[in-house]
Amino acid sequence: MSQATLQSPSARSADFGALPQLAETSSKENSIEMFRRMCLSRFFDEQAYQASKEGLLKSLIYLSAGQESIAAAISTVMSGSYIFTQHRGHAPYLCFGGDLEKFIDELLGLPTGCCKGMGGSPCIQDPKIRMIGHEGLIGEHVPIAVGAAYADRSSRVVCFFGDGAVEEDYFFGALGFAATHKLPILFVCEDNDLSVLTPTRDRRTWQIHDIARAFGISAIDIADDPWLVQHHAQEMSKKLPGFLNVRTCRYYWHVGAGQDGPPEWDRFALVQEKLRAMGLGARAAAVEKETKEHVESVWKRRLQTQSAK
Amino acid sequence: MEKTVADTIREITREHLTKNNGLLLGQCITAVGWIQNTVPPNAPGLVELPMSDVSGPGFAIGAAIVGKRPMLVLRFQSFLWLAVSPIVNYAAKARDLWGKGVPIFIRAIASEGKGTGPVHSNCFHSIFMHMPGMRVCAPMTPHEYQEIWTAFLKQDDPMLVSEHRRSYLSSAEMPDIVHDDADVTLYAISAARFTAVEAVELLKKENIRCNLVHIVWLKPFELNERVMQPLKKSRCGVVIDSAFEIAGASQSLAYDLMFAAGVPVRALGQFDRCSGVAPHLENGTPTPQRIAEVVREMVRNKTSQH
Ligand SMILES: Cc1ncc(C[n+]2csc(CCOP(=O)(O)OP(=O)(O)O)c2C)c(N)n1
Ligand SMILES: [Mg+2]
Repeated sequence: MSQATLQSPSARSADFGALPQLAETSSKENSIEMFRRMCLSRFFDEQAYQASKEGLLKSLIYLSAGQESIAAAISTVMSGSYIFTQHRGHAPYLCFGGDLEKFIDELLGLPTGCCKGMGGSPCIQDPKIRMIGHEGLIGEHVPIAVGAAYADRSSRVVCFFGDGAVEEDYFFGALGFAATHKLPILFVCEDNDLSVLTPTRDRRTWQIHDIARAFGISAIDIADDPWLVQHHAQEMSKKLPGFLNVRTCRYYWHVGAGQDGPPEWDRFALVQEKLRAMGLGARAAAVEKETKEHVESVWKRRLQTQSAK
Repeated sequence: MEKTVADTIREITREHLTKNNGLLLGQCITAVGWIQNTVPPNAPGLVELPMSDVSGPGFAIGAAIVGKRPMLVLRFQSFLWLAVSPIVNYAAKARDLWGKGVPIFIRAIASEGKGTGPVHSNCFHSIFMHMPGMRVCAPMTPHEYQEIWTAFLKQDDPMLVSEHRRSYLSSAEMPDIVHDDADVTLYAISAARFTAVEAVELLKKENIRCNLVHIVWLKPFELNERVMQPLKKSRCGVVIDSAFEIAGASQSLAYDLMFAAGVPVRALGQFDRCSGVAPHLENGTPTPQRIAEVVREMVRNKTSQH
């Protein structure tokens, strides 16, 4: 694909970088599975939101809602890899198959949580899926992920971070080291155009995928359409390191339960629409219902456990 | 309405930016409540930094070298560990090395509790006391803030200002409490000054009389009359701080006091463990109860020795 086809008038649009017929030529199973993972993450966050609003959950929560299509797509390509995320790690944790109960318990501050109640939302880990916890300092996990990729060449590494994180000094050093040693790592920037509430235009003029390319890392800039993300992740995974900058929209506040305003687009709704248009509406609705009921029932059970204490 | 600490910081900053050709550098200044209302909205000289936690302080130092007196704001003290190198390796050494100081005013905000956990429940002023060439202070009242600002303008060395969120809405001045016949002298730093005031009240009900000496300057820490006299009379003391106890401000000051007065002085700060998110795992400023417990023990030991 030539560079020219990737440039659309505005990089921040729901169809930025779109390729024709990608969803339509994908298998039904694949489309439904990605949607199932999106549902898992979205409904989980909705429960966390609710519990926080009602005061049942008192720790600080960093919700993935709005951005979940990225992890849903990446997880279908990179399962079995070491997974590094930053504070906004709900979607990767869930899409890669992290333990649901231990996650809820962590948010509730219980000793049975995935960090024994020490870390809460920004620090979640699950050794079973090789997801490594974050300590809360933005972008610091990127050199750490690169170190893991250097030391264990038998595994691949996927590293998620935000558009703010890429401005950290050590981020560049990490990219350079990965390029020099041709490390098996996929960098995924969840570019919601925000650092807390400060838009990118107030922070910098340059694009991170240009920097990655300057290091000789193949890099692509696209919107968060799961079929598109999956397609590029698959291509890149054949020759790592690779860099995906994915334009996406945070649905809720930076931290906590609230909304700044309507997102520029809601990928979840767009995917629902797409599935309907592809004749998968009934299956999607069934998956949605089933996932929602499952997530709600686990949340309910854990909340009861907590209040029993 | 009385002027709070936050109001004071905002006014000082406004004056510095509008009349003094100053600069204020920081991340996410404009978008999120102007740093708890401590920054004047839309003043000239505000620099919205990218998320460059290591080079950000370098920018401030460069600006200071060419004649500005920049303010650098760190929204959480955990970021100090990233910022520290150019501050201690360059700014703090500049006067000794090149005969010219680097006047940067570093506002580092401590916070704790409310689920801030390992990420944001932090207070790290102690690490800067270690470095020659640094001035370190922790003002908790409007008047104190005005004083440390004046001190900053008078001298060209870098200054670490350890602020605490707990003080921002407070407008109270905090005079020392000194009795002729006190059982113990408490020295309190940062947010521990608020919990120490409560501890003094608590202990009063048990007939334990406490002096309370408020400490604003950690470095230089002056062993003057105000500081020494109460300790000489009460014959024992406790230094209480919001930061970690081991190798921290509390231990450092306790050592100086103990050596100068020849009486036992204990240090009390955060426990030697990571703070957790869940309420029962928090680790922050010593609570009034914890302070009271240590004081009781000190006073008991003192009487048993006589
Ligand atoms: C080293 C460091 N600097 C600053 C912060 C404060 N902070 C927390 S989240 C955040 C924004 C991060 O933006 P981005 O990487 O785009 O992630 P997003 O929240 O948008 O998912 C900032 C500035 C921090 N936690 N760590
Ligand atoms: Mg962002």
